[in-house]
Amino acid sequence: MYVTHIECDLFNRNWVVPRILYFVPFGDEVFLFSQALKEYVYFYINGGFKMKEKLQNIKETTLAQIEAATDIATLNDIKVAVLGKKGELTQVLKSMKDVAPEDRPKVGQMVNDTRQAIEEVLEEKTKSINSAIRAEKMKRETIDVTLPGVKKIDGHRHPNQIALEDLERVFIGMGYEVVEGPEIEYDKYNFELLNIPANHPAKDEQDTFYINKEILLRTQTSPVQARIMEQGKLPIRILSPGRVFRSDEVDATHSPSFHQVEGLVIDKNITMADLKGTLDQFAKEFFGEKTKTKFRPHHFPFTEPSAEVDITCFKCGGKGCRVCKGSGWIEILGCGMVHPHVLEMCGIDPNEYSGFAFGIGLERVTLLKYEIDDMRLLYENDTRFLNQF
Amino acid sequence: MNTPISWIKAYVPDLDVEINEFVDKMTLSGSHVECYEKKDKNLEKIVVGKIETMEQHPDADKLVVCQVNIGAESIQIVTGAKNVKVGDVIPVVLDGGKVAAAHGDNNEYPDGIKIKKGKLRGIESNGMMCGIEELGSSRDFYPEAPEDGVYVFPEDSGVKPGDDAVAALGLNDAVVEYEITSNRVDCFSMIGMAREVAATFDKEFIPPVVEVKGSGGNVNDYISVEVQDTDLCPRYVARVVTDIKIGPSPKWMRERLAAQGIRSINNLVDITNYVMEEYGQPMHAFDLDTIAGNKIIVRRAKDGDKFVTLDGQERSLDKDVLMICDGEKEVAIAGIMGGENSMVTDNIKTLLFEAACFDGTNIRLSTKRIGLSTDASSKFVKGLDPNLALEAINRACQLIEELGCGKVVDGVVDAYANPVSDKELPFEPEKMNALLGTDVSKEQMLKYFDKLGLKYDEKTNMLTIPTFRQDLNCMADLAEEVARFYGYDNIPVTLPRGESTTGKKSYPERINDVARNICEANGFSGAMCYSFESPKVFDKLLIPEDSAYRQAIEIMNPLGEDFSIMRTISLNGLLTSLSTNYNRKNKNARLYELANVYIPKALPLTELPDEKMKLTMGMYGDGDFFTLKGVVEEMFDKLGFGSTVEFEPTTEHPFLHPGRQAVIKKGNLEIGYMGQLHPEVGDNYKIKADVIVAVIDMATVTMLSTFDRKYEGIAKFPGMTRDLSLVVDKSIFVGQIEKVIKKCGGKLLESYKLFDVYEGEQVAEGKKSVAYTMTFRAKDRTLEESEVSAIIDKLLKELGKMGIEIRA
Repeated sequence: MYVTHIECDLFNRNWVVPRILYFVPFGDEVFLFSQALKEYVYFYINGGFKMKEKLQNIKETTLAQIEAATDIATLNDIKVAVLGKKGELTQVLKSMKDVAPEDRPKVGQMVNDTRQAIEEVLEEKTKSINSAIRAEKMKRETIDVTLPGVKKIDGHRHPNQIALEDLERVFIGMGYEVVEGPEIEYDKYNFELLNIPANHPAKDEQDTFYINKEILLRTQTSPVQARIMEQGKLPIRILSPGRVFRSDEVDATHSPSFHQVEGLVIDKNITMADLKGTLDQFAKEFFGEKTKTKFRPHHFPFTEPSAEVDITCFKCGGKGCRVCKGSGWIEILGCGMVHPHVLEMCGIDPNEYSGFAFGIGLERVTLLKYEIDDMRLLYENDTRFLNQF
Repeated sequence: MNTPISWIKAYVPDLDVEINEFVDKMTLSGSHVECYEKKDKNLEKIVVGKIETMEQHPDADKLVVCQVNIGAESIQIVTGAKNVKVGDVIPVVLDGGKVAAAHGDNNEYPDGIKIKKGKLRGIESNGMMCGIEELGSSRDFYPEAPEDGVYVFPEDSGVKPGDDAVAALGLNDAVVEYEITSNRVDCFSMIGMAREVAATFDKEFIPPVVEVKGSGGNVNDYISVEVQDTDLCPRYVARVVTDIKIGPSPKWMRERLAAQGIRSINNLVDITNYVMEEYGQPMHAFDLDTIAGNKIIVRRAKDGDKFVTLDGQERSLDKDVLMICDGEKEVAIAGIMGGENSMVTDNIKTLLFEAACFDGTNIRLSTKRIGLSTDASSKFVKGLDPNLALEAINRACQLIEELGCGKVVDGVVDAYANPVSDKELPFEPEKMNALLGTDVSKEQMLKYFDKLGLKYDEKTNMLTIPTFRQDLNCMADLAEEVARFYGYDNIPVTLPRGESTTGKKSYPERINDVARNICEANGFSGAMCYSFESPKVFDKLLIPEDSAYRQAIEIMNPLGEDFSIMRTISLNGLLTSLSTNYNRKNKNARLYELANVYIPKALPLTELPDEKMKLTMGMYGDGDFFTLKGVVEEMFDKLGFGSTVEFEPTTEHPFLHPGRQAVIKKGNLEIGYMGQLHPEVGDNYKIKADVIVAVIDMATVTMLSTFDRKYEGIAKFPGMTRDLSLVVDKSIFVGQIEKVIKKCGGKLLESYKLFDVYEGEQVAEGKKSVAYTMTFRAKDRTLEESEVSAIIDKLLKELGKMGIEIRA
């Protein structure tokens, strides 16, 4: 039977289904065929449209299938079968064109709700299967975390260099500039300008390596003092580390080549109290907050007054131990107020300027700090030694 | 310098401090105590006892049982000593006491030996009689002690039972050893140290009162003195003693010398030793009968002169050695040692005493050239105060008289051409406080100075500096004296004020830090090598005879040939260290060193040489040439000039494998070189592994380095990559290909990377296959296919000229 339109009670109201080509009664259902699409929609003739039940049916069946699925492939199949281009639900949606325009929103809403419900469950199920799979995979991937780590072969700084850098850091923080001077030096800078005149015992050949009468291997870093002062740029706050040389045979505590770190401050109104304060602060920062210093009178030709500085033993804290030979104190450096004659010789007016200088034996600090018992180790460069720093 | 406390107390009688406090305070006032030894440290409960009765032990032939009076009571002591008898006064250690050593063994007992009462063969003994060894001393210092047995106090010793025997023997003493600084010549004497002690503890200093009675006659009848070389002998004082009686010295002198570790010889020798210790002035004694012409002449020796010193040795002299001569011959080397020809013997009748001042430097240099150093010369080298000589010789003559050792002839011969007098310095308390950062009162300062023998004249405001304080020449010197006695520890602790300065490292040192970090990140550890080495190094490194490397600075007085030249090439130190590691079976070693080589501008040296900082790297074990090359490249990348550096093959370094070495360049600028060590050099250093080394000139690196970086943007447009596999003659280096790639690629070539080099069956004989990935990109647009193709075509054309083809 051919109808052009049908009026039926759908969702408790009448609506018109246009362009229905075939109308086949089947029990209490009526099938309306759209010839062009060869698709169908069915209705209750009496008691209303059966779309709702149909959707409910799809939903329940699908959810049951999803629930039963155990792998992603099955879920994909279900997805295609229901939500795919040719899936059940899509078919329902496609038949919307046959629904009366005024009813479309409602039907559409119903279909979307169904779709959304299925999608949600599907997604959830997918997630849960995926996480089960991942969990299973990770379980297989368990490693022995107690196996050794893979290390990059790293080089090590020489302990002397580490000690030097620690030392430099402290003084750079106090405004000192690190400068260097020549290792092969004129007698003038190594001795003469430092108040060590010709024939002074300190100039003895048994201590100094000479190249000729005027040129020698510097025995101290103090010549850098003279060089910097001579440049005449004031105030001065410098730290000068470097190699020095003395004619000592190699043994556990001597080396003909070692390092000193020289400090020099020249300014107006510099006092011996400033020297004490500076070195006291250095000792605390370098050896630890609790370190105490002791200044003992001493003699150096280029400083007056001069002092040697002891610190409380960093190993035992002053109680007395092997490191400090039981005294609780360790001699660490020599220092003093720059001799007015030295200032004068370097072109600085001692009536206007004063200053202090100090010299630290780097190897001594290194050996003490790392408890190295033989100085020769520093020059052997055995990697088993170097690797410990 | 050693001083027994007891001797110091002779001049500072009020001194009364514990030894610990004594050494601490002396150190803090400038007399640095090296160590001290308490002579009685292991002597406890030792008293003087008198043997009252002595009976044979009932059960032992060799033992006797004595009742000994120890003052308050008598105790029973069993002894085996053979040299004691009833009435002897002896040292006794009581129950619970301690002695320093055991009788008859040579073991050392650092903590002494405890003595307890006990029974000997059934008879109770409540103490022990002590021999001198058990008291920690020896017959050297107590010659009256028996060779084997208990010490018996001489009858005239004045001790009585119950007295402290240790004190009675003068053993309750301590000897303190000081490190005296070279400026304090005066402190090399008991008197000098006593003055310091008195000032430190604020006690009265009482020096000896020197007074010679004289016994008539006139010294000028006996001797005349002529100093020809006054530059080397500023003063020569002579006195004469007749009727010499050689004999033992008194106990007090023996004990003081013993405490100093000096053995008593006889009164004459002991007096010169005593005065040398007391005043720090050495003296010499001649037998006047051996002096020809009653004349002393002080003059230089002549080159080639020979002289026999009193130890019987013949010494070679030269024109800078000062000699003491008589009218005919040389009789002593001034300040060092007397001659055999004029030495004092037991038969001496008339003595000529010499107390002189010789130039310290000359004595020092002479002792070295002659090869003879004595107690006397070690005093002279310090440069003595000429004003000491007269006082010392008079003190010696005073002791001669006191000890009854001879008759002192009246008068002194004193050759003193240019007498040294006291200096004056202004008293400037404000300046001293300003220098020290203190607030010490004027009065307090003057009190310190007074203790030190510096006199103040209020009218002129001048301080008079005695000649024995040669070290006090300016305000700063005086400030140190104030500081010493005010206490260095009382000086406040402040920080410098004034203009602030920027703390920083030098730029080259920042570059060095980058080098260190890169080296260490790649497994190279910091090494430290010597700056001087052996000239044999050049042969070891196969460096030819005419090489500039051999133009090395020589040390005049090296420690030996192995340390005799300043290195001109940095490799030897590191190779030696690698060898050490290799031969100690360290499997892999990677080391670097940052240190100077010394390149003379001309030889012999007339000006300072160039000191060139070299980064030297060396490795054996894991890795090869390209491992090290990668490290070098990484460093240059970090320093901002890596992309422009080239590694050119070379054969110029004889110590490297001729086919495995490269010079590292930027343009025409040489930065350094690297390569594999020549196997023969490896043999020379006893390394059987392949060693790879690199030497980089840090001055050049510093010049090329930059820490400036500019953001260049991140590529917005897609790039295009092309892989190119080429067949190349084996002799062509990839560096040559890459130059062409760079040239042809122009601006559009973003990067290129060699990903394969193959030689073998798949490629024709004499050829190799080389494959590159190249990435092209324009900054401002998407590249057209045709643009890249054009570049590739041009590239292949260029490569074609080198006989390079694309691999089929």
